[in-house]
Amino acid sequence: MFGMRIWLRVNGEPVEADIWEGESLLYVLRERLGYPGSKNACEQGECGSCSVMLDGKLVCACLVLGAQADGHEVVTVEGLSEDGRLHRVQEAFVVAGAVQCGFCTPGLVVAAADLLQHRPDPSDDEIREALSGNLCRCTGYAKIFDAVRLAAR
Amino acid sequence: MSTTAPKLELGRVGEIVPRADGIPKVTGEFAYSSDLNAAGMLWGHTLRSPHSHARITGIDLSAALAAPGVHAVLTHEDVPGEKLYGLEFQDQPVLAVDRVRYYGEPVALVAAEHPEQARRAAELIRVDYEPLAPIADAETATEQEPLHPDRPTMGHGYRDDPRPNIVRSLVIRHGDPDVEADVSVSGVYEVGIQDQAFLGPESGLCVPDGEGGVDVYVATQWLHVDRDQVAPCLGLKPEQVRIHLAGVGGAFGGREDLSMQIHGSMLALHTNRPVKIVYNREESFVGHIHRHPAKIWMEHRATRDGKLVNVRVRILLDGGAYASSSTAVTSNAASFACGPYQVDNALIESLCVYTNNPPCGAMRGFGAVQVCFAHEAQMDKLAAALDIDPIELRLLNALQSGDTMPTGQTIAGTLPVAEVIRRAAALPVPEQEELPRDPLRLPGGSGNTTRGEGVKRGVGFAVGFKNIGYSEGFDDYTAARVRLDADGSAEIHCAAAEVGQGVAGVILQVARTELGTEDVTLAPHTTATVGSAGSASASRMTWMASGAVRDACRAALEERDRNGGGAVDVERIYRHPRTSPLDPETGQTTGERSHVAYACAAMRVVAEVDVELGLTRIVWIGTAQDVGKAVNPQAVTGQIEGGAAQGLGLALMEEIQTRDGLITNASFTDYLIPTTLDMPPVVSELVEHPDPDAPYGVKGVGEPPTVVSTAAVVSALRVATGRELTRVPVRPDDIVGL
Ligand code: FES
Ligand code: FES
Repeated sequence: MFGMRIWLRVNGEPVEADIWEGESLLYVLRERLGYPGSKNACEQGECGSCSVMLDGKLVCACLVLGAQADGHEVVTVEGLSEDGRLHRVQEAFVVAGAVQCGFCTPGLVVAAADLLQHRPDPSDDEIREALSGNLCRCTGYAKIFDAVRLAAR
Repeated sequence: MSTTAPKLELGRVGEIVPRADGIPKVTGEFAYSSDLNAAGMLWGHTLRSPHSHARITGIDLSAALAAPGVHAVLTHEDVPGEKLYGLEFQDQPVLAVDRVRYYGEPVALVAAEHPEQARRAAELIRVDYEPLAPIADAETATEQEPLHPDRPTMGHGYRDDPRPNIVRSLVIRHGDPDVEADVSVSGVYEVGIQDQAFLGPESGLCVPDGEGGVDVYVATQWLHVDRDQVAPCLGLKPEQVRIHLAGVGGAFGGREDLSMQIHGSMLALHTNRPVKIVYNREESFVGHIHRHPAKIWMEHRATRDGKLVNVRVRILLDGGAYASSSTAVTSNAASFACGPYQVDNALIESLCVYTNNPPCGAMRGFGAVQVCFAHEAQMDKLAAALDIDPIELRLLNALQSGDTMPTGQTIAGTLPVAEVIRRAAALPVPEQEELPRDPLRLPGGSGNTTRGEGVKRGVGFAVGFKNIGYSEGFDDYTAARVRLDADGSAEIHCAAAEVGQGVAGVILQVARTELGTEDVTLAPHTTATVGSAGSASASRMTWMASGAVRDACRAALEERDRNGGGAVDVERIYRHPRTSPLDPETGQTTGERSHVAYACAAMRVVAEVDVELGLTRIVWIGTAQDVGKAVNPQAVTGQIEGGAAQGLGLALMEEIQTRDGLITNASFTDYLIPTTLDMPPVVSELVEHPDPDAPYGVKGVGEPPTVVSTAAVVSALRVATGRELTRVPVRPDDIVGL
């Protein structure tokens, strides 16, 4: 079931994949390219667990076709840490206890990193609004807010 | 990818310790059950029934078998061993035989090279159904044709109720259930079907071992009970089926029952290739059991000064098509029906029926959630009838250690009900925020187009409690194995499922405490190297794993001393105090206790309701919880915050909708769970009175916040609106237009 070949950059690395046209970017990342960090909680654009950066814009990878990413630049949760150091959002999630099952975590980490890039010192309401597309079933979000505030400092 | 960890302190029991799996989870390296791959892997897919009740008259596989990429198409005829399985009773077909009893029941399996090929081939399977009238109304189920004519749940020591479609019928008679009192209040309460909605969908990888056996990597709550259900259906010996815990994306009871374990194994053994199955969200919603919907009739009789005299309760639970863990839910609902209050006389009837609605089983709170919503509504109603402060009324009746439960059990351990009430009541509530304000902080959020003219505020209160551990005589134990190396390092084996709750951290903290070293690792959770841990449910895993790991560590140190050093490898089994069954006729305990121990919580909630728009905003939650001893206070408050969110969801938005047994909202578009905009700050007080029966005095902490929060949120809405609000989730229509 290989319909086409695509070339893209993932976390700075050039990669190529033979894909079927109907595959989402999420499927291509997880199953074709070996980046399973982005998660598949709903595959219908409702949970944010698949959040990635596509050409610097936050998107749900389940709502983008793999074919649409051809020639583009994707950053996943696996690409956030630099020089072997955790991104400050990642570190804050661990320290604040914002991780339980962790299935929402990759998406939240990517979304929170995106927020802090645009708003280095967000208000509580801005944090709540920015992360409202990311569902978490375990934490009740309290420690996720703590983590984002900690990372913003 | 190499990452440098932040400097983490390794902790002992009672200290705040960051999760050992925290770093792989934030970097995306942690392998969940849907992330697994193997060379030559095929994808499995399950064809499910579009009917809630139908006879199967024929299945034609030919077109599916001829479809591209397909390696196997299997039906009930291909189940190698037992055709039925179940947690307590074998009443559920691995694949439907000649009848389907619920919407989404598995009928056939496909393995193909690509998941889309498997899905498309499944669509080509022709199943001829003859639709049957569904039993969709639990209230009349006992007057309908039996869905399970051979009555699988009868003759197991429960009360025999001869009517059709009984899963369990329990009556508790306590004192003189006919005694009258000065005042009486009554009400009828309803609870909709709630879903666990864990984010990690059901998934796993099954790998044939080349010798007829199979390795199953799956997200589950109890590895050994999976094995004990899977092996007979595959016609294999238990040791030929090895279940390994893959990363679990939340559970909340929804992974107690099997999902893809047998199906994936059948496909793997049939094709001799590894097979992966991943449900999508819709399949997850229809493919697992839910929280039982309930209808509850309650009457409270009390003296004029507020002392409870007699509580009369009738509970009806809709168990859906198969039994799952419904018998224990039935008994839990009965045990906790009177709430954490001293009541000398009671009549409690608890009935669970089979219907063609979605099957129900375990979800966080397990029967106690439904009755807490009802008894707390009753306590508010009684307070109003007597003109007593609702918190005073609760204090006046608070249960304590040494008191007797309606089942005749005397509470042996700690149960500081009055203290959690006082401490929650003492938490200062925030001032009402001025109007107009940012719409984000109005009921309904930015969807609210008013200036807040219709906003009313209410402060509500509720108390709840629940058991810890398995009950009614179940032989509940946990094994742990400790290997001490000659160099002083230790490796712990325990099959306790880490589902996100943090039991892996508990195990490490206990081992460090007992062994006095930080050089401790936790081996993978598997059935292959250690005995059963029992289930990560019933708020039991912290208590049980602590006991087993503590005992194994102590035994290992003793053995090393005896040997004068060197490496040792010991396994120990820990059991909590024994429980006894309930008498089938009176519902009274037949021994010293039927439940092991209890934990309670009180919660205060501030809500705002826009009574013109029917919208709500929960402003603040404050709670005090009886935790015994907090092993890791940060993880405990995390459980409280998350548990409160799930209870808030049931109070305000979460309900599986059905029509004639068909689920009509199987998506996160239509089944809403709380988001960052719905959750208020949660202030948690940990009340620590170590339980004398528990290792280190620990109590489970996962369930009490969920038990109490639905009741507490609705209590606040009731104060804001003055309406009775007898059904959850509360709908806009229930609170609009005062
Ligand atoms: S998996 Fe993409 S939004 Fe849920
Ligand atoms: S930590 Fe489990 S879904 Fe967020």
